[in-house]
Amino acid sequence: MNEAPETHMLVATVADHPGVLTRVASLFRRRGFNIASLAVGHSEEPGYSRMTIAVEGSAEEVKQCEKQLYKLVEVVSVRNLTGAPAVTRELAMIKVRVKSNERLGLAEITDIFRGEIVDVSKTSMIVQMTGAQSKIDRFLDVITEYPIEEISRTGVIAIARDDVGPRNGRARG
Amino acid sequence: MSAINGRSSNGSTAAPKTPRTGGEVVCDAMLAAGVDVIFGMPGGASLPFYDSLYMYQDRIRHVLIRHEQAAGFAANGYARATGKVGVATSTSGPGATNLVTCMANDIMDSVGVVYITGQVARPAIGSDAFQEADVTGISIPITKHSYLVMDVDDLPRVMSEAFHLASTGRPGPVHVDIPKDVFLETTTETAPDQVNLRGYRPSKVGNARMVRKAAEVINASERPIIMAGHGIDISGAAEELLQLATRGNIPVVSTLHGVGTFPETHPLSFGMLGMHGLAYANFSMRQTDCIIGLGTRFDDRAVGKEDEFGPGAKVVHIDIDPAEIGKVLETDVPIVGDLKLTLQKLLPLIEDRDRTSWLDQMNGWRRDHPSLKIPDSPDSVLPQEVVRAIYDISGGEARVIADVGQNQMWAAQHYWYERPRMFFSAGGLGPMGYALPAAMGVKLADEKQDVWCVTGDGGLLINIQEFNTLAAEGINVKVAVLNNAHLGMIRQWQEFFYEGRYMGAFLDNPDFAKVAQAFGLHGVGTSSRDEMHDAIAMAHEYDGPVVLDLHVDRVENVYPMIVPGTGVNSVIEDPR
Ligand SMILES: Cc1ncc(C[n+]2csc(CCOP(=O)(O)OP(=O)(O)O)c2C)c(N)n1
Ligand SMILES: [Mg+2]
Repeated sequence: MNEAPETHMLVATVADHPGVLTRVASLFRRRGFNIASLAVGHSEEPGYSRMTIAVEGSAEEVKQCEKQLYKLVEVVSVRNLTGAPAVTRELAMIKVRVKSNERLGLAEITDIFRGEIVDVSKTSMIVQMTGAQSKIDRFLDVITEYPIEEISRTGVIAIARDDVGPRNGRARG
Repeated sequence: MSAINGRSSNGSTAAPKTPRTGGEVVCDAMLAAGVDVIFGMPGGASLPFYDSLYMYQDRIRHVLIRHEQAAGFAANGYARATGKVGVATSTSGPGATNLVTCMANDIMDSVGVVYITGQVARPAIGSDAFQEADVTGISIPITKHSYLVMDVDDLPRVMSEAFHLASTGRPGPVHVDIPKDVFLETTTETAPDQVNLRGYRPSKVGNARMVRKAAEVINASERPIIMAGHGIDISGAAEELLQLATRGNIPVVSTLHGVGTFPETHPLSFGMLGMHGLAYANFSMRQTDCIIGLGTRFDDRAVGKEDEFGPGAKVVHIDIDPAEIGKVLETDVPIVGDLKLTLQKLLPLIEDRDRTSWLDQMNGWRRDHPSLKIPDSPDSVLPQEVVRAIYDISGGEARVIADVGQNQMWAAQHYWYERPRMFFSAGGLGPMGYALPAAMGVKLADEKQDVWCVTGDGGLLINIQEFNTLAAEGINVKVAVLNNAHLGMIRQWQEFFYEGRYMGAFLDNPDFAKVAQAFGLHGVGTSSRDEMHDAIAMAHEYDGPVVLDLHVDRVENVYPMIVPGTGVNSVIEDPR
């Protein structure tokens, strides 16, 4: 895994009801679990969404977090993909202030990181970067010489590779 | 919104397709769940529901309480005494927010109550309408689940899910918020034959391999101890617990909610453990080599300092809620399952071991640390004596509902509960004001049982308006006020931990006997020992509610006491 050791990746399938996000957020807040990022979107099954939640904490805390998540009636399954073969990706858009003579330099770095320049104005460029979180972090480290105007990141999403065994980290309530 | 995806009337029972209003759907669901008494107060948003209740009044008794909090606590008492689901109802806004404490109380104590609250009509939701409050937003963190029903076609399914969720697995409160216009609309939908919630499949029998491992660990232990929790009562496993203890010669201690799940006069019973538990129960936890936690969440008030709690002991933990296992104690044998079913699998594997030396040791502590000895008190009646007198006069057959504070601990300690559902108390949240309304629910659950409400003077005042309900409905509850003219538990803590700087601990009480009389109840007040006994005997015989204002010693403390943050080693015992 690319993530720092104390960040855990939970993937939950949840019923697509109004308020389900509130329930999950409320649970994390009241139990004192730390969300590093949370991404929600449709899943392959109509009526169900998939949430990828990056949680910070010890393995024990995250285990408890999984169990508590599973207690929510609208949570159908929870998988802990930490340490399991999985593909993780995040999308970031970064608006960078650049003078005209700096454009090429930024484009080069973006290219090395396989990012894309998606917009150019007189004073700025917007870089789109997709990849593991650590890659985006590294890109941001490299471009510190440029003044960054705005960053918008989606939060990481994850999907298990097929060679992962039977569903692990699954609790029942 | 329309009917939920993929669900049509096809999956429903063959009940008549005559249209029913939302209010009727709720009433039918209550009947289907076997609920015959509900508690509540109407208001604008719930008036259509009350119009349905009017039509159902021959089958569902509605008890009008005088504060919605009393409805929630009464429903809690009803649920705990019957094993069914309790129902409390209120209008929108202020009615619903008055139920919040009750929901928080139910979730802490795993009690199945369905809350039906009215909501402003759908078009008004979100507009800051009169008496609008986002109560489902408020109830999320304190309920097992909640619904805001925006389509009457969803209501039959939602109601059957609500009762199912409240009563199965680890029971808990379920909140159903129903807009006024949804109560009024009609539907031909009916509840599905079976509740089908993909994300909710409570375990049944514990894992067989783990059950075998539990038996091995228990059989190999020399100094095992069973810690019996509320789960024994909820799962109806008292008989299995008795067999487990007697078959293996294993002593039993109980948590506050486990009181009575094992007969307290049984030689293997070593009483309640915890902060105000019996000294010998706590000493045993220090020496045990195997803790068998049954339906308990190892609450901090029971466990105290974790490293002095069975240090080095193996832990076998059986509970229906996987999230409780390993939450507090590192567990050697974790078993997720229903206690009754799981114990039935475990029992045949338990060997009849001679544990005489362990039991001798424990009985030695019992002899040398008699936590239940009531000291002499020539000048005042001690509150413990009151509890003992209720025990003696009722022959141990009365159900006791305690409030919160010192009175709660004395009621738990000084009465011997022989069966589950004899002692009721709000242990987890600890809301003062619980006892009187809860006692109403316990009484109406089974009117043949004698019911005593043991309350402090402070806690009584929190819901004293329910004297009116007792009188109006003729609910035959006996109220014993342990009147120490103090928020006694607060006074005790300020004495012990704040060097006697008493702040906000003194109560300037009214004459509770007169207050009771003004409400039309039989009220008696006394500070004498003889009169106290007479009054309890009179109340026991009297056919109707009675309030006894018993002026007890004002500065009596609850012993033993384990100072918070310390362990059994620093238990404070009664110095007298
Ligand atoms: C609603 C609520 N408010 C405050 C408290 C804090 N509290 C715990 S015990 C106690 C004193 C209770 O006094 P009383 O009802 O007279 O009972 P006693 O301890 O004297 O038996 C207080 C204020 C509480 N548990 N619940
Ligand atoms: Mg008091």
